[in-house]
Amino acid sequence: MRFELSDRSSGDRATPGKITARAVDVYYGAKRALHNITLNIDGNRVTALIGPSGCGKSTFLRCLNRMNDTIDICRVHGQIELDGEDIYAKTIDTVQLRARVGMVFQKPNPFPKSIYDNIAYGPRIHGLAQRGPEMDEIVQSSLERAGLWNEVKDRLKEPGTGLSGGQQQRLCIARAIAVSPEVILMDEPCSALDPIATAHIEELIDELRENYTIIIVTHNMQQAARVSQKTAFFHLGEMVECNDTEEIFTNPRDERTHGYITGRYG
Amino acid sequence: MSKEHIVRSYSEELRRLTTLITQMGGVAEAQVDTAVRAVARRDADLAALVIKSDERLDQYERDIDAEAIRMLALRQPMAGDLREIVSTLKIAADLERIGDYAANIAKRAMVLAQMPPVRPAGGIPRMGKLVQEIMKDVLDAYIDRNLDKAIAAWRRDEELDDLYTSLFREVLTYMMEDPRNITACTHLLFIAKNLERVGDHATNIAETLHFVVVGHSLKTARPKGDTSSFAVVTPQCGPPAASDQEET
Repeated sequence: MRFELSDRSSGDRATPGKITARAVDVYYGAKRALHNITLNIDGNRVTALIGPSGCGKSTFLRCLNRMNDTIDICRVHGQIELDGEDIYAKTIDTVQLRARVGMVFQKPNPFPKSIYDNIAYGPRIHGLAQRGPEMDEIVQSSLERAGLWNEVKDRLKEPGTGLSGGQQQRLCIARAIAVSPEVILMDEPCSALDPIATAHIEELIDELRENYTIIIVTHNMQQAARVSQKTAFFHLGEMVECNDTEEIFTNPRDERTHGYITGRYG
Repeated sequence: MSKEHIVRSYSEELRRLTTLITQMGGVAEAQVDTAVRAVARRDADLAALVIKSDERLDQYERDIDAEAIRMLALRQPMAGDLREIVSTLKIAADLERIGDYAANIAKRAMVLAQMPPVRPAGGIPRMGKLVQEIMKDVLDAYIDRNLDKAIAAWRRDEELDDLYTSLFREVLTYMMEDPRNITACTHLLFIAKNLERVGDHATNIAETLHFVVVGHSLKTARPKGDTSSFAVVTPQCGPPAASDQEET
């Protein structure tokens, strides 16, 4: 049985201002990686961040769940709010924050554990559930939401690393979902996958936006065009343009955006 | 679109596509010009030439479609490039229709050449001249990406509509004067209608160019001067049919 998310047509509801970034500057040591980024991200929408390598899009993504805190020389200025709450405030527990703002990386990185334990790990350390039927429920529903349940339900005890690349990436998405996040950050989630596995992930992203806010960094502009409703173009640490995806890919306002998406960059 | 593509062959393909449109536009212009001359000179040979050449435009359209579809599939164009390529599909279709109208005018010119001349035929070259000016301006605007020129031409379509409406009335009156004119006049009416339609397709091209350059369609509605759909021409006297019958 497949876990059905609410009907897609009725679920087309954006919630404006889920995440608000205001005047964000990021430095790696003396090098300024992001210049004065101001960006509003709608809830229940997929926002794509595009731009050439080194433009700062991944840096910005990593600001949204304070992953940059793990880099010693990295400093973040400005304000980033999640539901109106400053995520860089002293009172914020980054472990809790990262449960609310989950992340999926470029290379699938399942834990060297069973499929079951890959999913159960997060809920267990966050105290959402312990062993038993309650945890079984979380594992099943997470795998169902990630569209992986039918493929793995008979081998939950096998190692997650034994799955195919595409399955591993969906396992990582299931793992992110298991702690009931509100926002899922995806950094090039399909760049290591073949087109069929990519299509599965894209279909999944489209379904997930019913319940989550998704921000995806991608080099694949066709992918950004396919999966996102909003697209932001980053260039040399600046956010050049953010608009409806349709507008960005048919009629971008800025010459730099146009140059990049039509392959006239540089 | 000042910069070249990083992949040079992409830019070359785009240039080739717009060159095809330019060439096709030139052929379409010549077809309309020749068809109108065939009507004016009552020249059946010239008309036959137009009918024969229509195949060239069909071939251009097939070539442009194939090239545009190939580029859509292989290059996955975005933004200005996407608008450019999609526009060639639309413009090629408009030019192909213009060619069809020219061929139809030529067919009617062949019929008219075998009949005694009728007076309203004098209005056709005037319409033809205006339609050619509009087409020329629109196609030049396409080549130069000159939006002002395209919009000016787009507005002139109203003049063409006015000319058509007045020709329509004239032809109707002439038919009522003498039923023996009806065959020739009906052909004239269709020729005039065809020229009016050529003008409409030329304005379509101007609108498409607007989309290519600006990124959205022309917002204001095109001025409409063709009121012939509402025209009523009542005979001055009773139907001449009764007296005609008495004579025979």
